[in-house]
Amino acid sequence: MISERSAGQAYQQGVRTIPYDLLKEIAIAMAVSLIVILGLAFFLSSPDVPSVTIQSWAQADPVDFTTTANDELAGTSVTASYGPPYNQGTGSVQSIGPISPQSWAGVHLNVDQPNDFVINPLKQAASNDTQLAGEISTYQAASADQQTKWHDAYATALKDAKVANGAVTVADGDYGPVPAMLARLAQLAQTGALDGLLLSSNHFYQTDYTKPLLFINDGGYIVGLAHDQHLTGNQWGMMNETGLYPGQTWLWLYTLWYQLPPFNQVSYGDLLVVLVMGLLTALLFLVPLIPGLRDIPRWIPIYRLIWRRYYAETKAGR
Amino acid sequence: MSSAAGEPTDSWTAAARRQLERRLPWENLLPDRQPFYVGSWVYVFGVVTIAALIWVVLSGVVLAAFGPQWWHLSSAGRFVNSLHFWSVQVFFVFMVLHLWGQYFMASWRQGRAPTWMIGVVTFAVSIVAAFTGYLSQQNFAAQYIAINAKDAVNSTGVGGFFNVLNFGQMYGLHVMLLPIAVIALVFLHIIQVRMRGVVPPIE
Amino acid sequence: MDQPAGYLHWGFILISWPNLLVIGLMVVLFGLALVLPFPGHSSSVNEEKKP
Repeated sequence: MISERSAGQAYQQGVRTIPYDLLKEIAIAMAVSLIVILGLAFFLSSPDVPSVTIQSWAQADPVDFTTTANDELAGTSVTASYGPPYNQGTGSVQSIGPISPQSWAGVHLNVDQPNDFVINPLKQAASNDTQLAGEISTYQAASADQQTKWHDAYATALKDAKVANGAVTVADGDYGPVPAMLARLAQLAQTGALDGLLLSSNHFYQTDYTKPLLFINDGGYIVGLAHDQHLTGNQWGMMNETGLYPGQTWLWLYTLWYQLPPFNQVSYGDLLVVLVMGLLTALLFLVPLIPGLRDIPRWIPIYRLIWRRYYAETKAGR
Repeated sequence: MSSAAGEPTDSWTAAARRQLERRLPWENLLPDRQPFYVGSWVYVFGVVTIAALIWVVLSGVVLAAFGPQWWHLSSAGRFVNSLHFWSVQVFFVFMVLHLWGQYFMASWRQGRAPTWMIGVVTFAVSIVAAFTGYLSQQNFAAQYIAINAKDAVNSTGVGGFFNVLNFGQMYGLHVMLLPIAVIALVFLHIIQVRMRGVVPPIE
Repeated sequence: MDQPAGYLHWGFILISWPNLLVIGLMVVLFGLALVLPFPGHSSSVNEEKKP
């Protein structure tokens, strides 16, 4: 600790002092940084690529939309079989041996993909459409086995689907009421109604985009756009920004692991990266207490440059 | 407990005042002289980080005042958003330069380990604050960041409580709770430096 | 400015030119801070005798 009330004196603990105006320093720092920031903002602006909507997705790629909707209704999409925190699935639960915080935490954000993403929006649209209402009833009355058969057959047929005027057509086959239901869902999507239905479902105000984002997540459309902008996990995406803007360069170490085995090969890659980064952050925190790590500054003597005047003066015995 | 004549010896207020006077007298809080070895440009990285943080907060206050949609709809809003975006870049650039400098000066020496530790926590909390900011942009980047990040957050078990897909939650954390945390940590960090003084050169 | 940036692909490293520029700038700033003389009072000015 510097000696009490010595800060204004010419010498502190035997070391010569110089006048140093801290408040002027911060004022200059603020002025210079403001000029730089104003210049950057004025000449370069900031990134703002517009959002994807369910509408833009369904219009751009109706087959991908329909394929995804088919999986949602079947309960086989990535998020429908995900697991906690959304539902009781196991498809995306990460664990390292017995360690599975994701399972321990449990389901807290209940999402029921078949009903939330497909059936309920359709029922709302079917309020004055008896044919659609009938198709929904037929579907819900069928056994789980029958539903699975319809979904599997339709998924296969969609691989060779054709699009005409935004509508998806497939080869003839036994798909039950599924194609008609999903065609109606696609219509809702393409008119923009589904964006609203997924968001507001029974309340007026809403700020939680969990449902529409999970739905979009399950399709291939947004990941294609993200890939173009190098935002995906194995493109160092966490560090990157859209367009010509710098991204989050400070996340370089976090995203680096995702480019390397075993992180990019195992099913628990995310958990493993979090644990590694947690450990490294703890090490950074504890540097003052870790021999070796705290001695590197002596071994790589950058300090000799920083304090060269001090060393010159004390060597000269002044 | 020593005290001036007439001063109560069991007063919490008097004890607190004496503690503060002892640990951080005004001359140490606002010194107008420094040891002469504080004469390197490496020493300005910290204060530039603070300056950048001030511009981050001020531009953020304007953005919050006009609401999260404003910057998409008005060119003035877009400009203020750009100020916010670039001041965040400057903030992180100089914070990391400050970290490099302090590491190679081994600035945790002679009782200054808490200063270093608070600095590391500030770095981590700033990253979380920036993350919630990126999630609050209400554009394509925000969507994809949310979708991509959810798996890592979910794998830690925290996803049900910190839902990156929930704009309202991320926005509230970003404009209120995390700025308070960052500012409080920076304040503590500066107080630590003022209490102990700048670390002497390595001998 | 919203067109995707160019990327440098070197081995497993894939970095955008804007990011590389920022990191390069940081290294340059750090180097300059180490070597550039800091304006201030030289030892011959305001010197007082050691107590």
